[in-house]
Amino acid sequence: MDATATAARPKPTASATLPAGDPKIVAKDVNVYYAEKHALKNVSLDIPERAVMAFIGPSGCGKSTFLRCINRMNDTIASCRVVGSIKIDDQDIYDPSLDVVQLRARVGMVFQKPNPFPKSIYENIAYGPRIHGLARSKAELDEIVEQALRKASLWNEVKDRLQDTGTGLSGGQQQRLCIARAIAVSPEVILMDEPCSALDPIATAKIEELIDELRQNFTIVIVTHSMQQAARVSQRTAFFHLGVIVETGPTERIFTSPNDKRTQDYITGRFG
Amino acid sequence: MTLIYLLGLVLVAAGAYVVGRQKGVTFAMAGGASRMHSLPSYHGAYLAVSAIAPMLLWFILWLVFAHRVVEWGGMSALPADLAPADGLAYASRLREILLVADGVQTNEVAPGVRAAGETYALWRGLSEWTLLIVGLGLALIGFAWGARQLEPQFRARNGVERFVKVLLIACSAVAVLTTVGIVFSVLFETLRFFAKYPWYDFLFGLQWSPQTAIRADQVGASGTFGAVPLFAGTTLIMLIAMSVAGPIGLFAAIFMAEYASPRVRGIVKPVLEVLAGVPTVVFGFFAALTVAPFIRSTGEALGLNVASESALAAGLVMGVMIIPFVSSLSDDVINAVPQSLRDGSYGMGATKSETIKKVILPAALPGIVSAFMLAISRAVGETMIVVMAAGLAGNLTFNPLEAVTTVTVQIKTLLVGDQEFDSAKTLSAFALGFVLFFFTLVLNFIALRIVQRYREQYD
Repeated sequence: MDATATAARPKPTASATLPAGDPKIVAKDVNVYYAEKHALKNVSLDIPERAVMAFIGPSGCGKSTFLRCINRMNDTIASCRVVGSIKIDDQDIYDPSLDVVQLRARVGMVFQKPNPFPKSIYENIAYGPRIHGLARSKAELDEIVEQALRKASLWNEVKDRLQDTGTGLSGGQQQRLCIARAIAVSPEVILMDEPCSALDPIATAKIEELIDELRQNFTIVIVTHSMQQAARVSQRTAFFHLGVIVETGPTERIFTSPNDKRTQDYITGRFG
Repeated sequence: MTLIYLLGLVLVAAGAYVVGRQKGVTFAMAGGASRMHSLPSYHGAYLAVSAIAPMLLWFILWLVFAHRVVEWGGMSALPADLAPADGLAYASRLREILLVADGVQTNEVAPGVRAAGETYALWRGLSEWTLLIVGLGLALIGFAWGARQLEPQFRARNGVERFVKVLLIACSAVAVLTTVGIVFSVLFETLRFFAKYPWYDFLFGLQWSPQTAIRADQVGASGTFGAVPLFAGTTLIMLIAMSVAGPIGLFAAIFMAEYASPRVRGIVKPVLEVLAGVPTVVFGFFAALTVAPFIRSTGEALGLNVASESALAAGLVMGVMIIPFVSSLSDDVINAVPQSLRDGSYGMGATKSETIKKVILPAALPGIVSAFMLAISRAVGETMIVVMAAGLAGNLTFNPLEAVTTVTVQIKTLLVGDQEFDSAKTLSAFALGFVLFFFTLVLNFIALRIVQRYREQYD
């Protein structure tokens, strides 16, 4: 577990080293069905703590489906059925006694398209802390909002206009606002579903930098269509194809010497 | 004759289209489609439009002016001793002339009138022939003008596009002008009323008793037209109705949009909308025969004094009637809130009701406000239920257990039966209508401002 980032974006080697220890998330034999369609087949995967794990693969391969299993967002889709076990810190998240609301407070999510609420920037961030009762006073809430915005490197850009509406920001700022919103409830895991696919290269670069900083404190799982992005930001990569994980390992190894021919074909652009 | 004219219009359009299209096809054969600016069908449409547009305009002009000319012709044929002195005599003379012209009555009228009637019939025939001949002439000119322009490079498509635009503008102008026309027709009668009755007494008077004396020696029937009790009654019933329809409709909408499975929604929504199709008279039965007695007996059991016709009964039933207006529209706007906002909120660990309360309803607010405004307009304009269930007594009260009356009910009462059109009693109906119109206009304006203010919050 000593993958280093690729040369695409220079990074200090020390921070790129994976911390040792037990994996944060352990998935075992996960199967997902959408009505009749068998979308994920016997997926088993360990996701390490305080590192970035990237899911790559062609469209419709199940990577987003698996991501949405981790905070049970698939519950909102009526026809979706999940079988198997996913454990976070040894706790099965599909245990009937588990409160999905608390799970989602621990496992935040950032979506493909920036989706700030039609409220002020401040209210966007304060939303989560309010519903989970994290702040006892206005001052405390202000502090949470500021910290979340700072961690999402958005504070300097918006500190003078916290009452402006969040939808008035640029696309990249909106996405960082959504990341700040997720951070505000202090989750342990942040799931990102193609967070840069709606953004321009400069905004993408900023988000990637941010992801790299966030892994000091959070376990991050990112779905991406861009192999360069996976190479730049992640320490481990899982390659999905047709509902199964073909290969998983340190990012550098996946991109330099893949074991499976399908992985090789995908990363060299033969299909996908 | 007008029917023949309109039929001719259709034929001209069809004929011109065929000719134009044929011409277009010829161009295409000669030079290849690539060198033409517009498709052959646009050449056809352009020719059809240039032929029928002058026909249509002429028809409208004829409709507006022809009958006046004919009338003038008939009247001026009257001998001097039969010429009408005032407007009333003019109308009755015209009726006689018309009867003669239609051949209904030719025996019992004065010879002068008969002659005038015959002149009238002659002029009328002439005017119809003029319509047809001038119309066809104009069509020919338009056709020739259009046909001369057609050539491979001619921009027929742009021409047709311009015509479509003009047509659409004309249609919206009809809607706007109708509104303006209604306002003015009511406004003039209102001004006549205010010439007979001071406007401040009308707007701020606290007593409504519109009985005016028919004979000069009648007692106690001077007529006071203080509209405040009516507007108070209208407001009271509207508030009761909205306090029923607002929450029930909104919650039903939330259920349908957020909680119900598509199958349940597919059943519940049409069933709720059936409610909007029930004639208001039927709701009136229900209010007068079922709800009002029930409220009365319940009130008596509680030791309350309830009138047998009460604002509460009318308001409750009206509330039920307007539930579908609130629920159906709100359901649509809630459904239009992007799924990404829901995902965002669920992803933060919000529950369903938190998401609805804090994200979906604020985002859907403009639409919900307009749904409420539509329902309020319906409630304010509703007449039948109130007539049947709330009574006619113009009490100035905000006690929902008493009988009240509303503006619309009084308008209906004032205008039913034989009326002189110059008495204050009749004219007051127009004043009421005008103020009511103004009232709903203000409501709509406020709603529009609210919607504008909160719009653009999500893309």
